Amino acid sequence: MSENVIELEQVTKTYGTQPPVHALRGVSFTVRSGELVAIVGPSGSGKSTLLHILGTLDRPSGGTVRIDGQDVATLTDRRLAALRARSIGFVFQQFHLSEHATVLENVADGLLYGGARPAERRERAAEALVRVGLEDRAGFRPGQLSGGQRQRVAIARALVGRPAIVLADEPTGNLDSRTGAAIIELLHELNADGATILMITHDGGLAARLPRRLQVLDGQIVADSAARTTEDV
Amino acid sequence: MRLSDQLRVAGIGIRARRLRAALSALGIAIGTAAIVAVLGLSASSQAGLLKEIDQLGTNLLTANTGQSFTGGPAQLPVAAPQRISHLPDVEHVAHAGAIDNTNVYRSPLIPVVDTNALKVRAASLNLPDVVGTGVAQGRWLNPATERQPVTVLGALAAQRLGIDRVYPGQRIWLKNQWFYVTGILKPATLSADIDTSALIGYPAAERYLSYTTVDKGKAVAGPPTTVYVRARTDKVESVQGVLARTANPEAPGDVDVSQPSDALTARAAAKGAFNSLFLGLGLVALIVGAVGVANIMIISVLERRSEIGLRRALGATRGQIRTQFLSEAVMLALLGGVAGVAAGALTTAIYANTKGWAVVIPAEAWAGGIGAAIVIGAIAGLLPALRAARLSPTEALRTL
Repeated sequence: MSENVIELEQVTKTYGTQPPVHALRGVSFTVRSGELVAIVGPSGSGKSTLLHILGTLDRPSGGTVRIDGQDVATLTDRRLAALRARSIGFVFQQFHLSEHATVLENVADGLLYGGARPAERRERAAEALVRVGLEDRAGFRPGQLSGGQRQRVAIARALVGRPAIVLADEPTGNLDSRTGAAIIELLHELNADGATILMITHDGGLAARLPRRLQVLDGQIVADSAARTTEDV
Repeated sequence: MRLSDQLRVAGIGIRARRLRAALSALGIAIGTAAIVAVLGLSASSQAGLLKEIDQLGTNLLTANTGQSFTGGPAQLPVAAPQRISHLPDVEHVAHAGAIDNTNVYRSPLIPVVDTNALKVRAASLNLPDVVGTGVAQGRWLNPATERQPVTVLGALAAQRLGIDRVYPGQRIWLKNQWFYVTGILKPATLSADIDTSALIGYPAAERYLSYTTVDKGKAVAGPPTTVYVRARTDKVESVQGVLARTANPEAPGDVDVSQPSDALTARAAAKGAFNSLFLGLGLVALIVGAVGVANIMIISVLERRSEIGLRRALGATRGQIRTQFLSEAVMLALLGGVAGVAAGALTTAIYANTKGWAVVIPAEAWAGGIGAAIVIGAIAGLLPALRAARLSPTEALRTL
């Protein structure tokens, strides 16, 4: 349980040319399998860019990104998509659930591009719903659920393929503090079950409850609560 | 990704916005319906006409007085019908002689110029049977009445003279004398000449209208101007080949031989030619429909950016996003196409039924209609699908 699922070396990202915007200026860190990490920083600090690069939705301008042992720079669009389908789960602030499908179908869609058979997708989606405590809501539409329940559905969708990492972008941003705390609690439980989770947040209080914190400011990591990890590299 | 998954994903947009999908498919439905109905109606009307021709028999041949070699008027010999009846494969022979300069009027008070384009014809007694018509009202001529000033009217002749019913004592003014009307014929599809004729017997024509010609030095009733021949169905061609020579051995070139069913069949085929205008209109509707589908798809791609972003995050390739939107457009067009084919077929069925035709919807009409819809959907969906695929995932996920 100690192999690195994320390795970043001197990653930079620059948008535009005149004047160029340096969103990331040489970010390096590693995340091992089984960690629960908070990426904290004010808005505009570059944490969303970092999440997009970690999620292979965007390519870095410089440096090396290794996700689940694969160098992202060498992969084609098709291979990147396969990597996302197999190794990365996403949780968004806006949930991004389909109103035209049931909760179970929404969760099963997490396996849609991974090549599993429909029956297997439904079976695993039902298991994932058990893990987030929503097995009795399988036939509901997302619109019939509360905000916290919707985010649980989204988390189930991210987990259903048992990805190497789960990336959560402000998962509590649209929720009240009590519901948000329950979601953080759920992420803790899932992490205890073995899931590797990276969570972006601008809420320092929430981040303080996670085992490891990466502080981002002006496109750089300014503090890493698990400094030993960087020493290991 | 499985085909069933692709179909389900492609249907999401349509299921989510049913009214919009229905309206954008409507243009294609109208175009397809127009094309299917035009092709179906013309095929059904052809089938109806061909069936009618078939019932009347395709074995009827006619030998008409043609023009002589020098361009002057020719004449069929009086003996022509009898000679033709001796041919081996001939079943029945009838004949009629058109009497020139003889007009028919309702009464002597009608101005002479109002001829109604009607003719007086002397007819052999078996004429209606051979031509394939029958008596609509009253009685046909018989050996007694064919010697009397008695006439039977063709269907159109009766209509033009304003006679819709036969009663005792009814008469018409025919070459300055009264002729009694004893019957009205049904329309004779294979020989339109008979429809516009007042038919009388040969003896009556000789006696009252001096319709005579010289045969072997004697004056006899005649000559016939058209000989109607029923040949054995499988020997029609061989009979047709010898008909002119048999009718007039001295001048076969003066005889016009024709097969009336042939001309009607050609007419049935020609009916299809009038449809190109409607087919063109259907095509225009299809193109307008395609523009509608393209428009809806472009809007749909804009509205569903976050869905596109989510799918990319879940592991969809650019190709899969492209396929999704392309198949959605094709599905939309296909729905329109299927609805259009159904509407066109229904229109054809209803119209053909009122006309008593068999319902014929040619395969190229419905297959072509559906095929055209698929092609149009693919063309209309191409640009929006490429746009959707080109969208970068981070841009797509950015909330609007």
